[in-house]
Amino acid sequence: MFPTYDVIVVGGGHAGCEAAVAAANMGSKVLLATMNMNTIAQMSCNPAMGGVAKGQIVREIDALGGYSGIVTDHTMVQFRMLNKSKGPAMWSPRAQSDRMLFAGKWREMLEAHPNVDFWQEMVNGIVVKDGRVCGVRTGIGLEIESKSVVLTNGTFLNGLIHIGDKNFGGGRAGERAATGITEQLLELGFESGRMKTGTPPRVDGRTLDWDRMETQPGDENPSKFSYTDTPKLNKQIPCHITYTSKEVHETLKTGFERSPLFNGRIRGLGPRYCPSIEDKIDRFSDRDRHQLFVEPEGWNTCEIYVNGFSSSLPEEVQYKALRQVVGFENMKMFRPGYAIEYDFFPPTQLKVNLETRLVKNLFFAGQINGTTGYEEAACQGLMAGINAHLSVNEEEPFVLKRSEAYIGVLIDDLVNKGTKEPYRMFTSRAEYRILLRQDNADLRLTPLAHKLGMQGLDERLQRVEEKQAAAKAIKKFFEETSISPDDVNGFLEEKGTAPLKQKVKMHGVLLRPQINLAELRQAVPTIEQYLSPVEQEYVDLAEINMKYEGYIRKEEEMVAKMNRLESVRLTENFDYQQLVSLSSEAREKLSQLKPRTIGQASRISGVSPADISVLLVHMGR
Amino acid sequence: MQYSTHDLNDTIVALATPTGIGAIGVIRLSGKDAITICNGVFRGKDLAQQDTHTIHFGTIRDREDRIVDEVLVSLFVGPKSYTGENVVEVSCHGSNYIIQQLIQLFVQEGARMAQPGEFTLRAFLNGRMDLSQAEAVADLIASSSASSHNLAMQQMRGGFSDEIQRLRQQLLDFASLIELELDFSEEDVEFADRTELKTLVKKIQTYIHALIQSFDLGNAIKHGINTVIAGRPNAGKSTLLNALLNEDRAIVSDIAGTTRDTIEEVLNIEGIQFRLIDTAGIREASDQIEAIGVEKTMEKISQSALLIYVFDVIQTQPEQVRQDLAKLVKPDMHLLVIANKMDLNPHTKFEHYFEVGSGKGEVGRRKAERGNHEEVAGSTDSDFPFPTSDFPLAISEAQWIPISALEKMNIGFLKEKLYQSVLTEQVQVDSTIVSNARHFEALKKASESLDDVLHAMDSGITSDFVAMDIRRALAFLGEITGEISTDDLLGNIFGKFCIGK
Repeated sequence: MFPTYDVIVVGGGHAGCEAAVAAANMGSKVLLATMNMNTIAQMSCNPAMGGVAKGQIVREIDALGGYSGIVTDHTMVQFRMLNKSKGPAMWSPRAQSDRMLFAGKWREMLEAHPNVDFWQEMVNGIVVKDGRVCGVRTGIGLEIESKSVVLTNGTFLNGLIHIGDKNFGGGRAGERAATGITEQLLELGFESGRMKTGTPPRVDGRTLDWDRMETQPGDENPSKFSYTDTPKLNKQIPCHITYTSKEVHETLKTGFERSPLFNGRIRGLGPRYCPSIEDKIDRFSDRDRHQLFVEPEGWNTCEIYVNGFSSSLPEEVQYKALRQVVGFENMKMFRPGYAIEYDFFPPTQLKVNLETRLVKNLFFAGQINGTTGYEEAACQGLMAGINAHLSVNEEEPFVLKRSEAYIGVLIDDLVNKGTKEPYRMFTSRAEYRILLRQDNADLRLTPLAHKLGMQGLDERLQRVEEKQAAAKAIKKFFEETSISPDDVNGFLEEKGTAPLKQKVKMHGVLLRPQINLAELRQAVPTIEQYLSPVEQEYVDLAEINMKYEGYIRKEEEMVAKMNRLESVRLTENFDYQQLVSLSSEAREKLSQLKPRTIGQASRISGVSPADISVLLVHMGR
Repeated sequence: MQYSTHDLNDTIVALATPTGIGAIGVIRLSGKDAITICNGVFRGKDLAQQDTHTIHFGTIRDREDRIVDEVLVSLFVGPKSYTGENVVEVSCHGSNYIIQQLIQLFVQEGARMAQPGEFTLRAFLNGRMDLSQAEAVADLIASSSASSHNLAMQQMRGGFSDEIQRLRQQLLDFASLIELELDFSEEDVEFADRTELKTLVKKIQTYIHALIQSFDLGNAIKHGINTVIAGRPNAGKSTLLNALLNEDRAIVSDIAGTTRDTIEEVLNIEGIQFRLIDTAGIREASDQIEAIGVEKTMEKISQSALLIYVFDVIQTQPEQVRQDLAKLVKPDMHLLVIANKMDLNPHTKFEHYFEVGSGKGEVGRRKAERGNHEEVAGSTDSDFPFPTSDFPLAISEAQWIPISALEKMNIGFLKEKLYQSVLTEQVQVDSTIVSNARHFEALKKASESLDDVLHAMDSGITSDFVAMDIRRALAFLGEITGEISTDDLLGNIFGKFCIGK
């Protein structure tokens, strides 16, 4: 009934979808096994992609040949470039998506891929022979053979949903949990843990008083995620902002006794940066209001997502409290918020290519690794898909450095440090934020993916080269073309910066902090003339390269410094137990995680700087 | 230097006190067999049965059962010892013969001679000290004055790393605020006031600057301060040197040009070493040998941190003093100007030495310091006048000290001034002092990064770049304590702020 697949992907969420297309585009024969094909690429929580640090990840996925950016561009209802007032490293694309269209577009793209097959049933086990995975077992007892398996089970593994004092098994509202896999993995020697996450109520937009809330429109000139020719957004739906109040908090507190979060029924640890409303009130009792973002679920639905009001309090308490929020006085609820507990596998059990140490060719991606967020899941799926393909073909793993991509930071953090709470990406997790910008993800990553053999990147690589050449040419123009006081002094004075006394190169004027290129080109016709035929994206890159050259160089120096530690290789079979001078925790962690370099060793939690010094001394450095 | 793990399992032995004859010598053994090895030759209590941190009297006998020496044995059972291993310290009589005999005995019993620094290396490898402490131990061993000993002790006890860690924490708090602003700008979080942040950076800068400046002092304490005594022939330089040292070191005569070589002597004031360099007089040299002396003088002066310029209040004209100072003083040099032979003319008016009257001389008055010069210049009814501002900074800020080298008048005051000249305003004697070049470099780089932070904030550069410079500063400070990564930022954020949609 089935051929032997190169890769079977279990789960059709963001991680599973990216894993399937990545492996397929590398040339593998892929089977995507999911419980329900109608819920492929469901946005289980808020209907949005991107955000600070997450938007950069979506751009990186796109640059590597993943589909999340393309799907988002096709299905968004609003786009904003966040942090536009800050430096270019902080600019973060974020989109509100139409939830139904998003899932539909993903399914369409997967179905269009000749290398992807589907099977609609619960997978409840993997088949392992001689320490190597060779297929999956399904609920009705089928065994499907494959050379590798990527598990992307999300919140489904022994999922347990809590609303007030009620709880029931489920992977998502209205969907059943997945059983069997955790138990089997434990038998194989894996260690598992329990995490918790939550989601807010969905409400009826027809019953909200929009005039009483602040409007948050999309960007006037909306950008997009993909470096490919995806359509531009011409029509947008706004979001709205409102606030809780003391009264709302008092009402919520009446339900605390029945809160599974407070009465100890929930054991899993939830994310601190995505707390439920009851958690916020409890931990920050000095604040008398919290911000709520009221987000549309799509073009053709009145369903509304109440971002910031995640809760597992009894539904009637959620309802009563929400109706006290400004603009929500007549609110009707579609469904209450809930918390969900699920199994995860501490990611320190993985190698840097996301393959498990215990079972060869078995890969984990997404929430099963203790992360949270669509973007975090999607990028792991992509990397697991690529690496499953490479592993099956006995090629070197594809690993991104911390200085190359947020994806590199994420995976390096996961496999070396592990995580106790759901892991979300922040720009502060990246040491080299100024290098990891959303505008240069293609320059950083497309050449790498192309070299790897990812299909469909030929044209994009050309574009990358064109972009680089254009930015260089613009820089040269600015460095070599002079500008006279008469041409620019009026503009300089208007900007509050000193007028020129004599002719200078344009470069010098652009470097002044008060000056940006968009305004400068308007003021100086020669610049406008030169730049007008050039694509805006190229001009932006040139401006960033010129204006922030000093900072970029400083960061590159730091990278070079770190790479010195990264270049000290450690052999996989090094016997750490014989190094008695290491702390016992370090000995244990190093033996377990087998870091590939001193740099990686230095980031393992429990390995102290003193331990690193010991290793360096031992290696005669 | 590379030690294999096999080496680290050995028990090592070495003389812990300086070689040479002393009242006692201490031989140290470290390693898992240290106690067994000592027990094999020790006659007294069974050392294997004794508690850690105890001292035992007994004899050590050779293989023919002859007593080599009567000794006191101090026991330290690992990990509560200097190296973290079993350590035995044997105090014996300080003769070279006895010490050699004992060490040979221990080697016969299975110990191995320690390589230089190996005890400290083991302490470091066993987590008994961090990198900066280990470096301090090397300094401690080599320290030759009371101050440098204190400095090394302070660093070894962790005082220095503690201070840096405290600074780093403050900076981390600051960084967290900026990171919060960057990562959660979309959310309803309160940001810290920029002026407060600036104040904090400046405060940290002040600390770091003090530490950086203390490097000069730290180095001075470690190596001694090169101090040149210069002046015209027969100004009394050698007499002054002798007065400071209380002995007839230099050839003293009243024939100008007697001192042809530079002479180095070490003067110890309150634990700080001054390497005093007496020089040939500065004048147009009349013979070849003297010309070489003068050239040497100029070279010595350019290498020194402290210049004592001596002039003769009888012979030397104010104009000549000005000329000499203009020629001798280099930037970054401390200067003490000594008016010698005050006994011959106690009523010298210093005004004559300066172009007073332009009104600029008033500025110098705030620096006036009379000290206890009354004993020689008691009748001088005005404060010392100070040079006008067209002198280099070092000269206008110089201390003017009237003495009589021959009569040893006001020498105590001069010594006090010498001592004070080493201590800059920011550095108190008891505060943390940096003496290690690696630390100095890291502090300097941290300071540069913090300067960039302030500069960026002033010129309106966005906070992601500010954050980068803060992170650089954090990384450089981390280099001192050996910390490699700086990712406690988020933990800091979550503890303090309500964030998350």
